[in-house]
Amino acid sequence: MDRINKMSEKKSGMEEKLWIKAGLTDSEYELLTSHMQREPNTVELALYAQMWSEHCGYTHTRPLFKHFLTTGPRIVQGPGENAGIVDIDDDEVLTFKLESHNHPSAIAPFQGAATGVGGIVRDILAMGAYPIASLNSLHFGHPGDAGHTRYLISEVVHGIGEYGNCLGVPTVGGELRFADAYKGNPLVNAMCVGYMKKSQIKKAIATGVGNSLMIVGNLTGRDGMGGASFASKDLDEENEEDRGAIQVGDPFMEKLLIEACLEVFEEDYVVGVQDMGAAGILSSSVETASKAGNGVEIDVSLVPKREEAMRPEEVMISESQERMLLIVKKGMEDKVNKIFHKWDLHAVVIGHVTDDGLYRVLEDGKTVGEVPVWSLMDAPTYILEGQEPAHLQQTRSFKNEDVAVPDDLNITLLTLLGAPDICSKEWVYRQYDHRVQMNTVVKPGSDAAIIRIKDRDKAVGMTMDSNGRYCYLNPRRGAQSIVAESARNQVVSGAEPIAITDGLNFGNPEHPEVYYQLEQSIIGLSEACRALDTPVIGGNASLYNQTPEFGAIFPTPIIGMVGLVKSLDHITTMEFKNAGDFILMIGETRDELGASEYLDQIHGLVTGDVPELDLELESKTQKFILEIIRAGLVNSAHDIGDGGMAVALAESCIAGELGAEVSFDLDLRSDSLLFGESQTRFMLSASFESAEKIIDLASEQGLEAATIGRINTGNQLIINNLDNILIDVNIADCSEAFKTGFDKMMKTDA
Amino acid sequence: MNWGVLLFPGSNCAEDCFHVIDKVLGKPVTYLWHKDTDLGDVDAIIIPGGFSYGDHLRPGAIAHLSPAMTAVKDFADRGGLVIGICNGFQILTEARMLPGSLLQNKGIKFLCQDQTLKLDNTDTPFTSEYDPGDVVVFPIAHNEGNYYAKPKTIAEMEQNGQILFRYCNADGEVSDATNPNGSINNIAGIINRAGNVVGMMPHPERSSDAVLGLSDGKGVFVSMLKHLEAKHGSDQ
Repeated sequence: MDRINKMSEKKSGMEEKLWIKAGLTDSEYELLTSHMQREPNTVELALYAQMWSEHCGYTHTRPLFKHFLTTGPRIVQGPGENAGIVDIDDDEVLTFKLESHNHPSAIAPFQGAATGVGGIVRDILAMGAYPIASLNSLHFGHPGDAGHTRYLISEVVHGIGEYGNCLGVPTVGGELRFADAYKGNPLVNAMCVGYMKKSQIKKAIATGVGNSLMIVGNLTGRDGMGGASFASKDLDEENEEDRGAIQVGDPFMEKLLIEACLEVFEEDYVVGVQDMGAAGILSSSVETASKAGNGVEIDVSLVPKREEAMRPEEVMISESQERMLLIVKKGMEDKVNKIFHKWDLHAVVIGHVTDDGLYRVLEDGKTVGEVPVWSLMDAPTYILEGQEPAHLQQTRSFKNEDVAVPDDLNITLLTLLGAPDICSKEWVYRQYDHRVQMNTVVKPGSDAAIIRIKDRDKAVGMTMDSNGRYCYLNPRRGAQSIVAESARNQVVSGAEPIAITDGLNFGNPEHPEVYYQLEQSIIGLSEACRALDTPVIGGNASLYNQTPEFGAIFPTPIIGMVGLVKSLDHITTMEFKNAGDFILMIGETRDELGASEYLDQIHGLVTGDVPELDLELESKTQKFILEIIRAGLVNSAHDIGDGGMAVALAESCIAGELGAEVSFDLDLRSDSLLFGESQTRFMLSASFESAEKIIDLASEQGLEAATIGRINTGNQLIINNLDNILIDVNIADCSEAFKTGFDKMMKTDA
Repeated sequence: MNWGVLLFPGSNCAEDCFHVIDKVLGKPVTYLWHKDTDLGDVDAIIIPGGFSYGDHLRPGAIAHLSPAMTAVKDFADRGGLVIGICNGFQILTEARMLPGSLLQNKGIKFLCQDQTLKLDNTDTPFTSEYDPGDVVVFPIAHNEGNYYAKPKTIAEMEQNGQILFRYCNADGEVSDATNPNGSINNIAGIINRAGNVVGMMPHPERSSDAVLGLSDGKGVFVSMLKHLEAKHGSDQ
């Protein structure tokens, strides 16, 4: 606290007002005094400062959430709980959510990333579910440029691995992307998926006056003080002093917590559960009380602590890890404690549910703070005026003619295959246990991770996707494209997209250009989610991702998507399977180079507009892909994304260790054809008979589809257009570029 | 033919082993609790992988002091079959039920990959389903899998046929280049002198359910089952 107070002082210059120090504005202070009808004391002020931060109160993002579609036939629980829930038939459900841990990871990358995993896993646990898989989306500056960036990457990956591996939750997928915009402020978003029977669902609610609030798991200390408000301001050099706001993780404790909680949940002892994340005991208990329309009282002296002489507000807002709040039926406390004791843990009563609607903090039985529960949940919201970023006028004016077609397209292809965003991420995922729990049917490195549901003929597709460059160049269409791409990754794997969780990573929203990016991205996400029938069932907002030196990050909405594979027979992967199979391309290729990986990597340009996206056509095409996969017509399927058609083709060759020759008859620039990122395109392979059927079915539905060539046992990838050989490259060279790209990047001397 | 899977705080492959015995082999299996001194009526014990006691101090260093481990030693002394997988192997070396120890991987990073292994001694209750020289794929997932023992011990083990699995490439070539973690002589799995206690870093259970694309590991459990059935007379 003291450190943070000092920081605010430095920033605000001469201000001595206590609420300013705590991170509240004058008008917010006025509002809370009117709610309380008196001036708050220091404990009460601390309660409001945390609950009304962007991180807890979603002050800037909440008004924009109205755009989201949050309901649907498979949606059991939308936003508002620890995580959303979707129905996967047979009275079984999945719960999933993603969460950011950007600022902690910037300062203490190992612990920041590790506790990010711990936090999201507890959200899933709080729903009553067993965590079955984790994914993560990571964004860094270019590692080749800076030793510090390579340090951040190593430590973040190590932190995620150490925590997830110890828990025994497989880390099965995600993404790793690079741009200078993340140099000062990396992004670490973690997602967890849990499985349970419908009857096992738990809620974060404090019902039943007289019921007990029990804290379980770790001791409470001064680690993670004020993490919520730390996450709600810009990063600058002074943040080094905020190390006190970074939590320390103990995955062993979390593992025990999972086992013990799930054992308790099997009995009828608990009415509500809440994870202690941002703003710790405070936010977890306020949220459960608010949902029930009840009050709660908590005696801080009852909280088991690891440090002496903690002030009441410190106990309330501490973000010590591996703690959960259970609302336990009166009289069942000993039974709950007995189960925790079996796991060498404690479960301690720290307060009770009351009927007066007040949030009361006591110390040794004496009231030290008392405010209305509703007022803590009633964080003011801000609807700001956005302004189109100045750079868009220039970037939109880009014409393909502004760049020349490279002389040697083979070299271009090899460069792209080894490029940071495209190359194999095996360096990363071999540090993650991706097979524990024995459900991983399709492991990391494919379009989607596929996790089977034991004893059932079904599986789950999981993806995480983003594209900061797209959203920087066109926030609305960029955001649409991410949802579309995530859904493509699902359907090519044989999964029907069900729902998404979103992570909104942006700069400081008080800046009109950033607010514009935020608003437009949310609108774009919403539009695509409606069109593709993937409601938003929860998410996370991380604003203020910027530093004085490097400015704001690219606007980076991150999508975590879950899909249902209705039969294990539908599971499809990207690698070419059989020499002789025909290669098909679905979708139309246009002269679109804007925003592409190719422009960025080959020409050093982050410019142009994001490729056109027709959401209606996207939906129709995806349904078609799923239909032909389910009909058993497809031997391999891959979405055409970063790096365009040539990269997709090369990836299928590399993974299948087979050659291919394809030919086009298109009046397009060679680079547009090979590396342009026209949307709604897929690369398939199929037997001769199936290929014919696919073409017929596509034409019946009015979809663009063409047989472009065949797979062979040779060692070359050959791509022709209009009788010209554009690409003639050795598969082993492609493989070498693709597989060693990342290692090379990490070894570059700064 | 009862199987027991020993559960420590922090074990995380217990369910996987349970699943293989229960669903793949279709045999009775039960969890054994680390605080228990009576293991009940079991014919084989699996010490599963994971991070018992969070790997605090050193992997396996605390778990091997558990009350149940005394009972496991008694069980093994009476000739019972014991297999420790990954952390289970580390626990068995800490308990001195197997020679040597597991150091940090030479790459100083956690390593998870599908690993090719070459069968050495197949004349054991754990490997009888294989032929010498067979190349199989079991996943590995560990940070401390670098097997080490004194040269004299290694020489004895080699002579006694105590090496069951070695890290190799797809062609069965055993060399430094095919050694993922720096283990001496590419050792991936060993057996005790008496021939009833095995420790191995690779996970045969993860390679036992064909849905996951790997099924070579099933042979380990089938070998054990056949041995037990022969010993007891087939009563299942």
